[in-house]
Parts: sequence; structure tokens; C-alpha cells
Amino acid sequence: MGKSPITVEAAIRGRRATAADAVARTLFAACGLLTVAVLLLIIGFMVYQALPALQELGIGQILTGTRWNPGSPLRPGYGAWPLLLSTLMVTAGALMIAVPWGIAVAAYLGDVAKPRWRELLKPVVEILAIFPSVVLGFIALIIIAPLIARVFGVSSGLNALTGSLALAIMALPTIISVSEDAITAVSRDYREAAYALGATKWQTIRHVVLPAALSGIVAAVMLGFGRAVGETMTVLMATGNSVTLPTTPWLGIPVPDFLASVRTLTATIAAEGLEVPWGSVHWHTLFVLGVILFVLTFAVNLVADLVLARYRSEEEGS
Amino acid sequence: MAVPQTPGRVSKFDRAEATKTAWQADRTHRPRYSEIVAMALLRLSGIALLAALACIVAWIVRGGSGAISWEFLTQVPRRGMTEGGVWPAIVGTTYVSLGTIFISVPMGIATAIYLVEYAKPGALTRVIRLSLRNLSGVPSIVYGLFGLGLFVAAMRLGSSILAASLTLSLMTLPWIVTASEEALRSVPASFREGAYALGATKWQAIRYQVLPSALPGIATGSILGLARAAGETAPILLTGAAFFLPHLPRSIFDQFMALPYHLYVLATQHHAVTTVRPLAWGTALVLVALVLILNGVVIALRARARARKLW
Repeated sequence: MGKSPITVEAAIRGRRATAADAVARTLFAACGLLTVAVLLLIIGFMVYQALPALQELGIGQILTGTRWNPGSPLRPGYGAWPLLLSTLMVTAGALMIAVPWGIAVAAYLGDVAKPRWRELLKPVVEILAIFPSVVLGFIALIIIAPLIARVFGVSSGLNALTGSLALAIMALPTIISVSEDAITAVSRDYREAAYALGATKWQTIRHVVLPAALSGIVAAVMLGFGRAVGETMTVLMATGNSVTLPTTPWLGIPVPDFLASVRTLTATIAAEGLEVPWGSVHWHTLFVLGVILFVLTFAVNLVADLVLARYRSEEEGS
Repeated sequence: MAVPQTPGRVSKFDRAEATKTAWQADRTHRPRYSEIVAMALLRLSGIALLAALACIVAWIVRGGSGAISWEFLTQVPRRGMTEGGVWPAIVGTTYVSLGTIFISVPMGIATAIYLVEYAKPGALTRVIRLSLRNLSGVPSIVYGLFGLGLFVAAMRLGSSILAASLTLSLMTLPWIVTASEEALRSVPASFREGAYALGATKWQAIRYQVLPSALPGIATGSILGLARAAGETAPILLTGAAFFLPHLPRSIFDQFMALPYHLYVLATQHHAVTTVRPLAWGTALVLVALVLILNGVVIALRARARARKLW
């Protein structure tokens, strides 16, 4: 339609537009621009609120300091390294579970499952995507934590491992749906060619479908990372919320300890955001944590977006 | 042993038959060990996902069904929240979700209409899409902190239904736009062209042809957004949810109790967490039931739309 000389657009352009037309057009365009404005407002406001803390403490002290105790009246500590490390640990743990599991489910849905199973599993993924995180946090607190404590023989099961397990469930729907899109987008011809060469179903998935869908799967993992980094309630309830550095010496080197209680950036904002006096250094430092979270998720989303965009244009080109 | 085929026979095969034959040929091979293991693992991953959700729902039903009664659903919490029900939390969650949808749905639909019907491919459209995708990736607690800083503190709305609804509507906006866009795109171009042929202007075509046809899709997307907003805790935690309120909110400037925050409070913040455990399970069950019911509505709407689909 777009390439023919007489298009519908051209045909109705000459038509006298009513006042309603002009109003509608302006209104819709304004709403479209508003979304850009909202994003800019969020970035601008967060940075504006974070600046006083950055000026007072310096980004180096916040990122590398190991003592987080902003409530202390005498010697407040604003070192966010334990929080950052906690976030990275819990997220990495969650992805170690959710990435293989999610890709397997996506491959199952795309290439293996019979229609009846697909009809059954699709709503499951959809329900998990909108499942309240606070309920998962509650389950982690009441059921998973005691189990972890017993299995590993530790006094409290509220630690990074429990947080990772709960978080994996939260990251799964994102990973599954984005990788499944990538897997179903792989042309049927590829699969048929593989079968014609005598490949089995698994060989086809392993050597043809997954490599062809790789960029989409990479994007899925990154979006899953973004989802896991930003999740609040599950980790707030499941990880025990200790702000000490969650490492244990191993051959003299401090290594991350998944059985240690941790507190993520998100949980810190949630736990302290209500008590903090407005406008204090502590308040502005919480916005620094918010900006760190924002930058982390913004970066992975942007890269995932670029990967997916390239992927889409390749699809159109073929 | 492979049977030699004459070239003439191959031409009779259409593509589907060729695939089927490839499958049959595959079946006659002795499957390799790795094949059996890998396929079993793939199936297992799907079953495990189903089992995980089933377990979670079963735990909540088992834990919460004892607490559920007419009184639990209709009474206010009493004796320091160790007795009574969750009525104010149900009302609060309803108010805030409706407030959210009230703001984000019109804005979301308008943005989607702009993107699908008006926007020409170019830098501006790309920037809008990029903003939307990034907004959908911003962590909910960052929305909460932003809402606390801007709506509650700077704009002096205070901890209130209004501040929480505004915060949640910014968060749900990208979901609504994505769902509405998909619904608008699925309306065939011929619907618009038919309207134009009858002399309709662009807005008339959208208003009388495109929007009514896209409505079921927009509705399901909005309900899914509503369900997710209703279950969110982190943004309302900082912008308006109350630990305990003895009365229902009286205006949009009041604080409110909400089901997800109430569950968080009962599970971790209450002074007697073990005594109120049954109430916490009950609250979890009410919240999960709410989300499952909304999802059920979506599935029913979709099935109905598919059955009545005209194109």
C-alpha cells in the first residue's frame, strides 16, 4: 500500500478535516510526547535529588564504602558496596536458575510441546508474569527459608540463596516469553532442512534453532536480568536484610557467601524510604541508590533493545 | 534399509508430507542416549514450571482457606490486627487500582493510537518507542522513590491514594500502550479503507471502525495491567499505603490500606508475627484469588473475542 502512487493517506489528505480531527490528532501526539517527557522527568528528578549526596560524599565513597549505617547519629556510614554486591549476588543466583530453565521451557513451547500442553503452559507463564511479588516473598519466608536452613544446616534460611530461588520465579516469565518469540521466529525451512539432513529433534534444536534464535535469547537474558535486579518485595522478605558484607574468606580471599544474609539496593530503598527525613543526606543517598538501579536497568534494556532491533531487521531482510 | 526412489516420486511430495516422512525416517533410527535425555529434560522443564505454580497456589489455598470467612472479607482489623478482617485493604486496593487505570488507560490508548494511526516512521517515533520500552524496564521501587520524592514530598500531595495512583499509573502506562498497540495493529487495513471510501475522515474512521474492533484487545491488556497494579507493593509502600487505618479512606488525599502491603506487614512487621500468621495466609489467598480471577476474565474475554472475530 505504501509504495503505490495513490495511497489511502494521499486520497484522504485532500478531504476537509473536521475540527474533531484536528483536536484528536493534537491530543494523541501530545500523549505520545508525554511518554518521552515522563522518562526525562524521572531521570532528571532522580539525578537532581541524588546530586547533593554525590557532592557531599562523592560517588567513590558510596560505591566502594563497606559500611552502610546512614541512621547512626554520630558516625553515619554511606558505603553501598555491600548492597550492590548483594544485588549482584542475588541476581546472578536467580539467573543461574532461571536462564537454563527459561530457555528450556521456551524451546519446549516452541518445538516440542503438543498444542494441548502449549495451551496449558501459556496461561501459566502469563499468571506468573502478573503474580504478586509479595506473595512469592511470603512463600519464600514461610516455606523455602526453613527448608534451606535445614538442608544446609544454617541457623537462618533468610539468605542470598533463598532470595535467588524466589527471584528466579519472578524472572522466568520474562525470559520465557522473549526467548519463545525468538524461537518461534526461526523459519520453518531451517528445521525442515535439518530434518532432511537426518538430524534428530534435539540436534535440530541444539544446532539449528537455538543458534538462529541466539540474539533474541541474549535479549531475553538481559531483560530477565533487569527484572531480577529491580525486584523488591521478594528479596526484602526472603534475604534477611543484613547490611554486612556478604563474603566469607576462602583460601584467604573473600568470596561471595550465598548462605549469608544480604540486603539488596531495592530492599534498602523500601526499608528506609519511609523513615528517612526528607532532604537529609540519607534521603539524597537513597536517590543515589535509585539512580544506580536506574542506570543498571536502563543499560541492559537499551542493549537488549538494540539486539532485538538488529534481530528484527535481519528477519525482515531474509 | 533405504529404498531407492525414482525422481518422479519426489515431485508428488508436498512439503508437509516431506516433513512427515522425515519424521518417520527419524523414528526408525535408534534414538541416541543424549536425544532421550535432552528431550526428557525439555519436557521436565515445562512440567516443573506448571508444578511450581501449582505448588505455590496449593500452599496458599491450604494455608489461607482456614482464615477465609464472610467476617474476614467484610470486617476491619481489630485488636492490633490480631483479629478481624481485611475489608479496608480490599477497599484500598480497589480504589488505588481504579485510580491507576483511570489515569493510565486513556493516556495509554491515546499514545497507542498516535503510534499506530498517526506517527510516521522517523526519529520521533523511535524516541517514543525507546522511552516506552525503557519505562517498562524501570524497577517498581524506583517508581516508588520517584513518587515519594515528586508527588508526596515536592508536590505536597502527601502519602495518599492520589500519589499512589499517579505513581502506579506511570508504571502501568507502557504495559497499556503495548497491549493497545497490538490490538490496534490487528485491525485489518481494509476496515479503515472501507470507512474512508464512505467519506469518513481519519478521526471518524478511528472512532467508529478501528477503536470498536480493537476494544476487546485493549480491554484484556488493561485488565492484565490492573491485575499487576493491584499486586504491586513497592511503589505504594512509599507513596500512600498505611500500616493500619481504623476507617476507610474518605478522600483521594487519605492514606489507605492495601492487600499486598497488609500481607507484608502481617508477615514481617507485626509485633506478633506468629499469632497473625493465619491472617497473613488469608490475605495472601485473597490477593492471589483476585489476580487469578482477573486473569480468568482475560482468558474468557479472549475466547469470546476469538469466537466472534469477523476477520
